[in-house]
Amino acid sequence: MARSGPIRILLAKPGLDGHDRGIRLVLRALRDAGMEVIYTGLRTTPSQIVNAAIEEDVDAIGLSSLSGAHETHFLEVSRLLDEQQASDILLFGGGIIPQQDVDRLHEAGFQCIYPPGTPLDQIVVDLRTALRPEQTSPGGSP
Amino acid sequence: MILSHDGTGPSRWEEKCWKPFVSEHPERSDDFRSASGIPIDPLYSQDPQQAGAGEFPFTRGIHPSMYRGKLWTMRQYAGYSSPTETNERFRYLLDRGQTGLSVAFDLPTQIGFDSDDPQASGEVGRVGVPISTVEDLDELLAGIPIEKISISMTINSTAPLLLALLLTLARRRGVDPAALRGTVQNDILKEFIARGTQRYPVDASLRLVVDVIEYCAKEVPSFYPISISGYHIREAGSTAIQEVAFTLANGIAYMEACRARGLDLAAVGRRLSFFFNAHNQFMEEIAKFRSARRMWAQICRNRFGIEDDQACQMRFHTQTGGSTLQAKEPANNIVRVTIQALAAILGGTQSLHTNSWDEALSLPSEEAARVALRTQQIIARESGVTDTVDPLGGSPFLESLTDQIETEASKLIEEIDQRGGMLKAIEGGFIRRAIEQSAYEAQIASDSGQSRPVGVEDGSEIPEAPFRVDPSIEQIRNERLKQYRSDRDSKAVESSLLRIEEAAGGDENLLPVLIDALESKCTLGEVSSRLAAVFGEYQDHG
Repeated sequence: MARSGPIRILLAKPGLDGHDRGIRLVLRALRDAGMEVIYTGLRTTPSQIVNAAIEEDVDAIGLSSLSGAHETHFLEVSRLLDEQQASDILLFGGGIIPQQDVDRLHEAGFQCIYPPGTPLDQIVVDLRTALRPEQTSPGGSP
Repeated sequence: MILSHDGTGPSRWEEKCWKPFVSEHPERSDDFRSASGIPIDPLYSQDPQQAGAGEFPFTRGIHPSMYRGKLWTMRQYAGYSSPTETNERFRYLLDRGQTGLSVAFDLPTQIGFDSDDPQASGEVGRVGVPISTVEDLDELLAGIPIEKISISMTINSTAPLLLALLLTLARRRGVDPAALRGTVQNDILKEFIARGTQRYPVDASLRLVVDVIEYCAKEVPSFYPISISGYHIREAGSTAIQEVAFTLANGIAYMEACRARGLDLAAVGRRLSFFFNAHNQFMEEIAKFRSARRMWAQICRNRFGIEDDQACQMRFHTQTGGSTLQAKEPANNIVRVTIQALAAILGGTQSLHTNSWDEALSLPSEEAARVALRTQQIIARESGVTDTVDPLGGSPFLESLTDQIETEASKLIEEIDQRGGMLKAIEGGFIRRAIEQSAYEAQIASDSGQSRPVGVEDGSEIPEAPFRVDPSIEQIRNERLKQYRSDRDSKAVESSLLRIEEAAGGDENLLPVLIDALESKCTLGEVSSRLAAVFGEYQDHG
């Protein structure tokens, strides 16, 4: 299952939330780190996100929500990935996500949930470690 | 009354500007003194020839007496879950001394979907209150005298519809539309730039903005039909200079659109309002408000030839900076909010929302919302900064910052002009790229430790969110709308919707048609989708 080549990421904002400062910062940081990143723009539905992820053959999907609708949309993306037998695609998310919701999102396959203020490097390192462990030197980014 | 306590006698400003004003608008006291008994003048100035408060270009404030006459409006943005629950929060805040209302709508309402639309799934009541019908609005404002209290509505794509609903409610309650005071945000350009609730393409969106301005001038003359907002531009990551430049550039674009419609720009200018952010850089923020006020006055005079001084005044609302709030050690946010609120007041704001300390975690709890309101009241009643106008004016540092923000923001506006104006600069992506670059630089500065907020790196955990919206609201709303739809005359609804399509395809002002449709029991979502059928749906491509 281990892949090689550039890490491919789909970033998306599910639902109606228009706060895209965070996701655009992540987009830039991941691209600067050499990853291939597709951002689908505002107001995408979980099924559009999952279809795009499969079509684009990405390693991971990153979702952002600051409107409190994360449970509905994040869990639906996870369910659809299972349904499409594509749960090898790693999930991560960020935004204003209450602490009491984080465990449930972990159980649904979200490896990391990043609150506002997360250093961009941390996201890059986490993704490299999870997706290309053989290329990652222990304890930091190459 | 002795006017000048420094022995130089009454100044030109006192005689020509202040005295005539206060004879009509008495001050809160006729003897302002410090706690130790030192008498306080209305305005302190090194140079009596310089324009004082209430004089063009209004650097020191739009009114001669400012808060000596009347305090700013304390207007806390609130809304969640259902009209009834939001009404309870409104009354809670009013009972504790809030002086104006500010309605937060949920995203479906802001974009034009009813709660039972599949696109609204998961979003109903989350960031604001869902409103689809006049019954909803009546519940939201139950027991609140809409003829007495001013109501600000953060609503843009659907601003014409919320205004129409308010007018329908006024008619139902027997309130004269001329008595209604308040604001619809109705600033669609900054949605395209920074906030993301646009529904239609730019041209059609701008037409709706001008429809609201034109209609209010005739029918709802005490209402502010637009609040040109830098707040969200700043939250998206801009600098203070960009916040001023891009907001004023949007203002210029709206004035041009009003001119193209053939409206009287002096009349438009008198009813414009603005909305800014307040972040932690205390002196720069105060300077920002002063330079924005001066720049807008000059734009009105020089660019649009408006002679009427009052039409050149920048009136503005301020909200403290949401993005400055930290999830770790959140009680520290009370201090951040206090600094920001004080900057807004020293900058001469007309109304203010102070954020609650827990808003990096969730919507605010009742207790945190109370502390936020109390913060304003403490500054108003206990600090003494309201007893003289523009208390920091004349500080060499502040005046220099004010001048430099004006210079730099003016350069940016010139650059926008060279790109063919704000609409082109937005469509070409220039504005978004500029904001994103600033956001990126700020993030790098924070990540590297150069400007990291206090209290976030001690390994403390983020506390649990103090406030939850009950997800059952979605089901309750669905049933309610189903009932509403079954109780109405469906023929009247359909003919109203056809009439909307016809009007949207032409160039008449849409407000009368929208009011008719809502009175015929069309819902906000139905009307919005008919407009979208004519105008097209905006698509974001990332």
